[in-house]
Amino acid sequence: MALYNSNRGGIIQIIIGFVFVIIIGQLVSLQIFSNKYKLAADNNAIFRKIIYPDRGIIYDRKKRALLENSISYDLVVIPNEAKGVDTNALCSILRIDKDEFNKRMIEVIVKNSRVKAGVFEPFLSPELYAQLTENLYRFPGFSLSERSIRNYPYNTAAHVLGYVAEVDVNFLQKHEDEGYEMGDYAGMTGLEKQYENVLMGQRGVKRFLRDNKGKIQGAFEKGQFDTLAVAGRNLYTSMDVEVQQLAEKLLQHKIGSAVVINPKTGGVIAMASSPGYNPNLLTGNQRRRTIGSLLTDTARPIYNRAIKGQYPPGSTFKPMGALIALDEGLITPSFGYNCFGLYTSCGDPRKCEHHNAGHAANLQLALANSCNSYFLQVFRMAIDNPKYHNAKQGYLKWKEYVNSFGLGRKLGIDLPSENKASIPDTAQYNKDFGNPKFWNSCYMLTLGIGQDRMTATPLQLANAMALIANEGFYYTPHFVDSLEDEDEDDKALLAKFRTKQEVTKISGDIFKIIKEGMHDVTVYGTAAGIKVPGHEYCAKTGTAQNPHGKNHSLFVCFAPKDNPKVAVAVVVENAGFGATWAGPIGGLLMEKYLNDTLTAESKTKTDYLANVDLMPQSIKDWYVRNNKTERLTPIEYNNDELGDVWDMEMVSENTSKPQKPRDTIQKAVDSNLNKTSSIPPAKNQTILKKDSAALINKKKKKNLKPKNVNHT
Amino acid sequence: MSTTPNQNNFSKGTDLAVIILYFAMVAIGILCIFMVEFNPNINWSNSLIAGKNSFSKQIYFAIFCGFVGIFILLMDSKVFTALANISYGVGIALMLATFVLGKNINGSKSWIPIAGGFNLQPAELCKIFTALILAKFISKPETDFTKIKNHLIAGAIIALPAILSIMQHEMGLALVYSAFLFAMYREGLPPVILVVAISFAVLVIATLLLEPTILAIILTIIAAAFILSMVKRFKRNRNSILVVIGIWAICFGTIRYVVPYIFNNVFECYQSTRIYSMIGKEYDCSQNKKSASASGKTHGKKPDDYNVKQSKIAIGSGGFWGRGFLKGTQTRGKYVPEQNTDFIFTSLGEAFGFIGTASFLGLYLFFLFRIIRIAERQRSTFSRVYAYSVVGIFFFHIAVNISMTIGLFPVVGIPLPLISYGGSSLLTFTVLVFILLRLDADRQMVLR
Repeated sequence: MALYNSNRGGIIQIIIGFVFVIIIGQLVSLQIFSNKYKLAADNNAIFRKIIYPDRGIIYDRKKRALLENSISYDLVVIPNEAKGVDTNALCSILRIDKDEFNKRMIEVIVKNSRVKAGVFEPFLSPELYAQLTENLYRFPGFSLSERSIRNYPYNTAAHVLGYVAEVDVNFLQKHEDEGYEMGDYAGMTGLEKQYENVLMGQRGVKRFLRDNKGKIQGAFEKGQFDTLAVAGRNLYTSMDVEVQQLAEKLLQHKIGSAVVINPKTGGVIAMASSPGYNPNLLTGNQRRRTIGSLLTDTARPIYNRAIKGQYPPGSTFKPMGALIALDEGLITPSFGYNCFGLYTSCGDPRKCEHHNAGHAANLQLALANSCNSYFLQVFRMAIDNPKYHNAKQGYLKWKEYVNSFGLGRKLGIDLPSENKASIPDTAQYNKDFGNPKFWNSCYMLTLGIGQDRMTATPLQLANAMALIANEGFYYTPHFVDSLEDEDEDDKALLAKFRTKQEVTKISGDIFKIIKEGMHDVTVYGTAAGIKVPGHEYCAKTGTAQNPHGKNHSLFVCFAPKDNPKVAVAVVVENAGFGATWAGPIGGLLMEKYLNDTLTAESKTKTDYLANVDLMPQSIKDWYVRNNKTERLTPIEYNNDELGDVWDMEMVSENTSKPQKPRDTIQKAVDSNLNKTSSIPPAKNQTILKKDSAALINKKKKKNLKPKNVNHT
Repeated sequence: MSTTPNQNNFSKGTDLAVIILYFAMVAIGILCIFMVEFNPNINWSNSLIAGKNSFSKQIYFAIFCGFVGIFILLMDSKVFTALANISYGVGIALMLATFVLGKNINGSKSWIPIAGGFNLQPAELCKIFTALILAKFISKPETDFTKIKNHLIAGAIIALPAILSIMQHEMGLALVYSAFLFAMYREGLPPVILVVAISFAVLVIATLLLEPTILAIILTIIAAAFILSMVKRFKRNRNSILVVIGIWAICFGTIRYVVPYIFNNVFECYQSTRIYSMIGKEYDCSQNKKSASASGKTHGKKPDDYNVKQSKIAIGSGGFWGRGFLKGTQTRGKYVPEQNTDFIFTSLGEAFGFIGTASFLGLYLFFLFRIIRIAERQRSTFSRVYAYSVVGIFFFHIAVNISMTIGLFPVVGIPLPLISYGGSSLLTFTVLVFILLRLDADRQMVLR
């Protein structure tokens, strides 16, 4: 019988072998061809704790911290572990209802999955924090996580510093391999964005082993996969907190911008844009409440006009026009033009504010008197330069000069989304006037006095002043002078700010003439009413026509006249004469920087200027219509294109109209500076009657929010 | 070839390879239990002496089993044939006794508490007794194992402890008794029975996978096609058409009544649920007749496939090379339930990866083939039937246990032989192996 069935032993072996093969097959698929189990295992058992380093601090030139870190707590939850939560108690502590609780839970799951901790309620107030720590045992799965947030002890420089915010999906896609995760914070604008890599430091990750109940068993693999957190490095800027605060104060209730540069280094001392906002409004739990209204404000308080606002430079361009002609050898400082109040060489006469003979007998006089005819003539000479065959060639050469002065191109300041403003292309003129053969210098005549399609940002104007102050070179404007623990890479990053940009071959003597001309402006010219105690300075006023109502008030200057230490550009939109509004602001800024303090008289002037309301009526109307308080609300701050559209419109409509006679400006200057309460306060009173509601709101706001506290 | 004093041939005829494999596997088992229980904060030498944790208990079990093994090797082979019937009777009596004395462990009332906190599971031991009595029955000279009558008697011998196990809610142990089919097949059970068994299994799985109506239609089409294609043959032989129709009717009955009956009346609710979850379906427990009586108190809150999921994660995370000894995160974190008993294979899979699991399976395969070789060299039918019973029991345990940890088989609680923690289980397999070794040492003898 044994023999009869002996082959069956073999069959049994085959069956056993077959089953083992199936088992091996499944093991191959589990252990070799599928890594999802490995991931699942890590998800199960390895608890990654991210250690956030402190962000770097930003200091001003006197090592005062423009921003600091402080601690805030978030309530975080791991949805998978949130079982048996006393929902009613939690809801009543957070003052939310059950629906909101469920909604937030779903949000956390969608954002961070069920097994990772997600933020349930960010930035707890101290009372809430205390209440939650007491009751936390009732809410399994919930915990309090520490987070460092920014605060701004001086309440200033919001546009420059920028803000940090939670990263969104777009950000994560852009910075895929840089280790950011949902829920992280990163610099979104300003220096915070520009120097994100430096400020952020390096996050550390600690890995812990945890058991099936979520209890930590100890470090995973004795911590050999852990990475240490490296604190962010500090930025040392050239800014001066006091000058910055003064600039912001002076620009209150106005739309405009001021930029103060140290021409010796290119370091920006102050950069203000108005309306602005208190940077503390965009940190912690304040942010949620304010960001919306800031973004929808028609006056665009988040928009940094100093690097994005495009203004026709008007007369402030005249010194540059002269530089081109001098460098090309078309004129000498003794070149004169016989102006009798009108420029008629191009047919349609252009007005000049002066008609006394000899007011443009040489360059210095022409600059001091801001003779339109003189600079129109100089512009035409540059375009019709016989060296270049036609107007187009001449224009291209002229444009090259202007660009080299830093106008019509990005200067490369260390802030994101700088605007290059506009020095028009020949293509635009070809489109308007046809073939370059048919257009000549007369077609864009007013470019010579900073009108037509020319626009510049306040930063570019300040930089142009630095160029003249330095007699032919400048340093790329920048905020950051040095980084903490600079290495070779950082040096390479900052190298462009430490390189001299030479742009003209004009000798020092000739530059002296231009400086003298600009000095004369401050002695007997348009800026004669503006003094900087203890210093001689050079300046040029500008009153630029624009399609948005009243003229823009511009002022550029540098001081002291010999050995300049500061260059300033100020723009006040739709305010009127350059010398009336922008001028005094520029003067006070120079005084503050050079003397470190203001005289009593200057302080009075400061208070007066700070309270003058020059907001365009249309914007005031908007506030009343929308029942909002002034300066807490702009449109599309981040959308540069929209900004461009807005400004391009302005440029294209900007046809050259005859300018108002200079002496009326001078009168206005006198009346404003001597009898400080004549015209503008009267204007204010009428406004008060009209928009009393808006003003009452404004007063309320002032009481609530401390702003621009001067620390001097 | 006469019986000599035992001392003389104690080590002479014993198969060294099996002994080495036996000790190797017990050692691997202790190692695996150590990995499961490892905690860097506990002093191991102290707890070993105290004998409080599973790891040290298993060492004591192993030492005890070593003595039992030696004792068995010193016995006379004739004892086993002589005691086969009585031991079976005692085993059945013990199993019946559990209904009175039984202690409830993990939802099955199949344990009898004995002194010192140890518990005995008679159903485990009954496997040995069943193997012995089956060998005895088949090897009797008057038994002609080609006759159906004898198949039925053998079937009844096996079925009795299996049914008692089901009554103790030990589904896994009951299934193990089907392992004796190997031995019976080797001794002359017609292959048709295996074919029928396999067809039945296929039909059950098909019933679970497909809608009953669709399956019925498919079966009817197959039957009709069969009849049409063989029209000529059916003309000659009218009866064969009845056979086809009969088979069709049996299949139809199976899917319509037998399968639902098994799931609703024979299986517990959780068992049906586990089987359904294997194929990704949900079982409605309200249909289950037993769930009413034996309510759901015993199952945990975790979903039914939780064990298998965690077990697959642990094994899968081992990868090719494994995470290394004591470095398994899933094992350390205690993610796999029942890890030192039914799911012991996961700690091996996680720590030593595919390399480890494949060599471990190779070891087992070698062990099984070695016993088959031993079986085939026996002169007495008793020894051969017994050897094939051992092969069957081991194979069934290994295949089912490992298959359930890697998600190829529903979770039934049966241990991995010689590896899983548990005194009863280790003792049972030790006795099985050493009786075999004892019989093999006397392979020249004809035992009845």
